[in-house]
Amino acid sequence: MQPDRIASPVGTPLFETISVSKAYGAYMALSNVSFSVSDGEFVSIVGPNGAGKTTLVNVVTGLLRPTVGEVRFLGRDIAGVGPVELARRGMSRAFQLVNIFPALTVRETLAVAVASRLRRISNPFRSLKRDDALQADVERVADVLGLRARLDSISSTLSQGEKKLVDIASAFALNPTVILLDEPTSGVSTGDKHSIMEVLVVAARAAGVRAIVQVEHDMDLVERYSHRIVALQEGSLLADMPPDAFFADPAMISAVVGARPQTRRRAP
Amino acid sequence: MSIPSIDISSPVRAQRSGLRVNGLWVLLGLLAIMALLPLVASPYAIILMLPFMGYGIALLGFNLLFGTTGLLSFGHALFLGTGAYTAAALTFKFGVLSFELLLITAALISGLISLAVGALCVRYTRIFFGMLTLAFGMLFHSFLYKFYNITGGDQGMRVLRPLLLGMEWRGGKTAFLTGPFYYYALALFALLSLAMWRITASPFGLHLRAIRENAGKAAYVGVQIFRMRLAAFVISAVYGGIGGVILAVTTGLADPELAYWTHSGNLVFMAVLGGSGTFAGPAIGALAFVLLQDFVMSITQYWRFVMGAVLVLLVVFMPQGLSGAAEFLVNRRKGGR
Repeated sequence: MQPDRIASPVGTPLFETISVSKAYGAYMALSNVSFSVSDGEFVSIVGPNGAGKTTLVNVVTGLLRPTVGEVRFLGRDIAGVGPVELARRGMSRAFQLVNIFPALTVRETLAVAVASRLRRISNPFRSLKRDDALQADVERVADVLGLRARLDSISSTLSQGEKKLVDIASAFALNPTVILLDEPTSGVSTGDKHSIMEVLVVAARAAGVRAIVQVEHDMDLVERYSHRIVALQEGSLLADMPPDAFFADPAMISAVVGARPQTRRRAP
Repeated sequence: MSIPSIDISSPVRAQRSGLRVNGLWVLLGLLAIMALLPLVASPYAIILMLPFMGYGIALLGFNLLFGTTGLLSFGHALFLGTGAYTAAALTFKFGVLSFELLLITAALISGLISLAVGALCVRYTRIFFGMLTLAFGMLFHSFLYKFYNITGGDQGMRVLRPLLLGMEWRGGKTAFLTGPFYYYALALFALLSLAMWRITASPFGLHLRAIRENAGKAAYVGVQIFRMRLAAFVISAVYGGIGGVILAVTTGLADPELAYWTHSGNLVFMAVLGGSGTFAGPAIGALAFVLLQDFVMSITQYWRFVMGAVLVLLVVFMPQGLSGAAEFLVNRRKGGR
């Protein structure tokens, strides 16, 4: 069964990579990878360790410039534009490792992103506390991700799962068109993984996010939430297909998950 | 739309509770007490408060860079020197005596120098930033020391008594320093504290804190790392320049020692002594430093040894500085834990 789309599709790709290759010296981390993401899609990038998943995300988010090829986001070339410009154009990113501002409260963490989006930085004497529009937006994002009760908690005191959510929430606070998540649930217990993914998908709909791209190892989550799977192997595109087709092919699964036998649980 | 609830319990539910002293009120309270000081204290004690005000202002700026943005400069005396020599050059060489003009010019020149120096330094962080700022501080010191014709070399340059609000004040040097100049500097200190408080409580200040906490992530939520670090560097330099003017008018001399690297070290000492984690901490550290140095110098010529020992004890036993220790004590009394 296909999960519902997170937004209604329009057909044009939101972003695409066109024959992207990335070389580190003689080593080809990515070779000739082309894929696109359209409106409303939840796309999972999968592959064994060293397949080039993180390199692909880094290229797609403009952190790395591809050696060859083009990365287009909303019709414009974004190769190597850097994180700040990328955020401005509507693509935001959450990280594999928990990536928070340890001493800031959740409210302050979200306010960092909202302040950049609402361009509140040029006047250093402007009050943060009395900026009602900014504070309301912080609370809206917190509500969307179920973090309202934690707003005044210091980030470093949160549980691992909550820290992940705060990281994801600050990506949402930019009101992005596309969110890229590098293993959003790594280091989180199995039970919490599903809760985080549920929150994520509901939040994406509520916040008007038009597509989610994630790198994920957990095949259970991949199967349950994705509309499409992009599989990489040794830097090349192995497959780009819907989950039903992907999981029906044992060769595909063993290529991605590795040789070890894996019993998959079907989603209830 | 219902949000699936996540029940992820974490061991500590640390809300921001306990004592959150408003640092601005602490500082303004201290300044209010100082306003009454001339009624009771000796001229010596009052004049001793002038370097405190000079350092206090410089440290407000220094801590925007250190405590807020997370960049530890070992060359900040460069800007004290800039302010002092600006005051000297204007009063002694160009006959400009308006104190307001001295302040504005010192702020502008410090700002310009810091823009150039900072554009290189803030590309680096941690020890690399520290070493670069140290290097620029030493360059500036050598310039002051060697270019005798311009700077007076090791003799320094005289700073003439300025006009405050365009008025010439009669009376001796002590009367000037303990009277009008004292209150002028105090008012300036209060004003600059208010301005710095606004800066730290603004979205701008929040972005600086985000950079301190995690620059890599900050970039992905739209924080312009380089530009913000440079802005903090320039603001801190402007405060340093203004502090330098007050120091130089107090002693009547712009001395190359003001820009020497050990003087930068003193600024770091003051910030650590008072506690860089709070708003008022560094200024309190400046007060404690000035008083301690005066006291120790009056009893032994080995005062540097004593100051060094104090620094060691401080780092080991009170890493949060005086303000951190005070907050801890008050919280313990209040909360019983």
